[in-house]
Amino acid sequence: MLKGRAIKLGNDISTDLIAPGRYMHLRNNLPELAKHALEDADPDFVAKVKAGDFIVAGKNFGLGSSREHAPLIIKMSGIGAVIAESVGRIFFRNAINIGLPVIIAATQGIDDGNELEIDLASGTLDNLSSGAKLNFAQLPPVMLQILEEGGLIPYIRKFGDLQFQAKR
Amino acid sequence: MGKTLAEKILSAKSGVDAQAGDVVIAPMDLVFAHDVGGPLTIQQFRQSGLDRLAHPESTPFFLDHCVPAPRRELANDQKLVRAFASENGCPLYQVGDGICHQLVVEQWAKPGDVIVGGDSHTCTMGGLGAFATGMGSTDIAIAMGLGKNWLRVPESFLIRISGRFPAGVGAKDLILHVIGLLTAEGATYKALEFGGESLKTMTMSQRLTVANMAVEAGAKTGLFPSDEVTRSYLERLGRGKCFQPLGPDPDAVYERVVEIDAEKLVPVVARPHAVDQVVPVSEVEGTRIDQVFIGSCTNGRLEDLAEAAGILAGKSINPRTRLIVAPASRSVYLEAMAQGYLKTFMNAGAAIVNPGCAVCAGVHQGVLAEDEVCLSTSNRNFKGRMGNPDSRVYLASPATAAASAIRGTITSPPRFAAG
Ligand code: SF4
Repeated sequence: MLKGRAIKLGNDISTDLIAPGRYMHLRNNLPELAKHALEDADPDFVAKVKAGDFIVAGKNFGLGSSREHAPLIIKMSGIGAVIAESVGRIFFRNAINIGLPVIIAATQGIDDGNELEIDLASGTLDNLSSGAKLNFAQLPPVMLQILEEGGLIPYIRKFGDLQFQAKR
Repeated sequence: MGKTLAEKILSAKSGVDAQAGDVVIAPMDLVFAHDVGGPLTIQQFRQSGLDRLAHPESTPFFLDHCVPAPRRELANDQKLVRAFASENGCPLYQVGDGICHQLVVEQWAKPGDVIVGGDSHTCTMGGLGAFATGMGSTDIAIAMGLGKNWLRVPESFLIRISGRFPAGVGAKDLILHVIGLLTAEGATYKALEFGGESLKTMTMSQRLTVANMAVEAGAKTGLFPSDEVTRSYLERLGRGKCFQPLGPDPDAVYERVVEIDAEKLVPVVARPHAVDQVVPVSEVEGTRIDQVFIGSCTNGRLEDLAEAAGILAGKSINPRTRLIVAPASRSVYLEAMAQGYLKTFMNAGAAIVNPGCAVCAGVHQGVLAEDEVCLSTSNRNFKGRMGNPDSRVYLASPATAAASAIRGTITSPPRFAAG
């Protein structure tokens, strides 16, 4: 069970907004890079986020480049999960690979600052502030297995290989 | 049931009868990383517990994004990548060799390959009929160590192109038009497969431009069949042996079919700050521009430079505007020199920089000042992309870029200009 506040962001938050190219020299210094997370989308983001908060965004969150630094610094900022109407394909995989849950759900009814409670196992999101309840689809089985191990590196450390079979 | 190109390639490589929606584990023909994603990839590889690379000889590293290094942190990143490549016996592409995607196309990619690269524009190689997709550092690290990774077989959209391209209208206008139609998330998780009678007349350079930008509609890859154009391209590179014909089954199942009549296309731009904000050049004609960039993995090839040089020959750029040209690779640079294009650019007032990503990466070689506007032949115009969130980037073809540099304002390419 995850619990935290919603930090609302808009549509089309690109990886260039999450981890701007002008900080390219900090890509190998993640604690410094994390100080600039989402700076161009919301300059107060890093200051206001508390451990366990959720990013609640519109459509196509994380579109753009393959930079894994984007989900990494979001996770380092304390964010417990990203909830969005849709997410960019590479960002989605990257986030799960580093153990940051991603939830695809209709976010229009969630307001900035709402208290949310999320049950990943059952796929339910309770908005404690508004009383609304949402259901969301489970992650595909492959991604769920990776997330359950805390990410792809812990997964490979444990199994030494990709275990899942090809399946529909 | 018939198979799309994506289903065919992934079935052949994974050894299972794969259909859209399946998850397969595919062996990789090539896994690569560059100077920006490389350090994190190396770190993740070292933490994975895998003790060596599965196929170091086909795990190249490219120094292309921030080269030559503009500051010490980036120099250190590049030093780390060089050391790892040399310790592990990986091919290393040095400062000045060119952009990873262009070099993979020139030297590595074959029709039917499965390729993953630590860069979102890895889909470029789809122009050659390879299933190629971008991934983040952890996925690349695992693919390097295991020689394979998991892939969800994408549903495909067929983009069927008919008719002749009007003069002054090129592959960039086509793909921007398609992205405008589909929107920036319209093809998320899908493969864009290109087909139709016009393919016969589309050069490899044009196909690569189109495949390169598939990711800007959210797609996992962009795919062209492998045909006579592919054969002659590979033969010219001395890689004729790599050729195999490859096409979708006639009864392949597509999630969506988009018909494009090339004859109706006009020169277009994508307006700031989204790749899908596509409008005819005529709508924004006259917009003041401070910088023009001709280059990138989208439009830094010889044909692109030839087109721009043809327009700039004997002319000068507007003194209020600067023009930066970055050939995509060392061989493109050498050929552009031999053909006299570089001389044309220099005489017109351009600055030519070394092969690499240049200003496209937003770090150096043309970062924009506050309120400045750039017209670029690259593939992304997100806010802050060229190093400054208070600047604006328009995307366009090399022809539009060259015409605009002369005027200092956004301008239609000459053969298309009214009158
Ligand atoms: S040219 Fe631009 S888009 Fe292409 S790989 Fe380099 S930075 Fe990325």
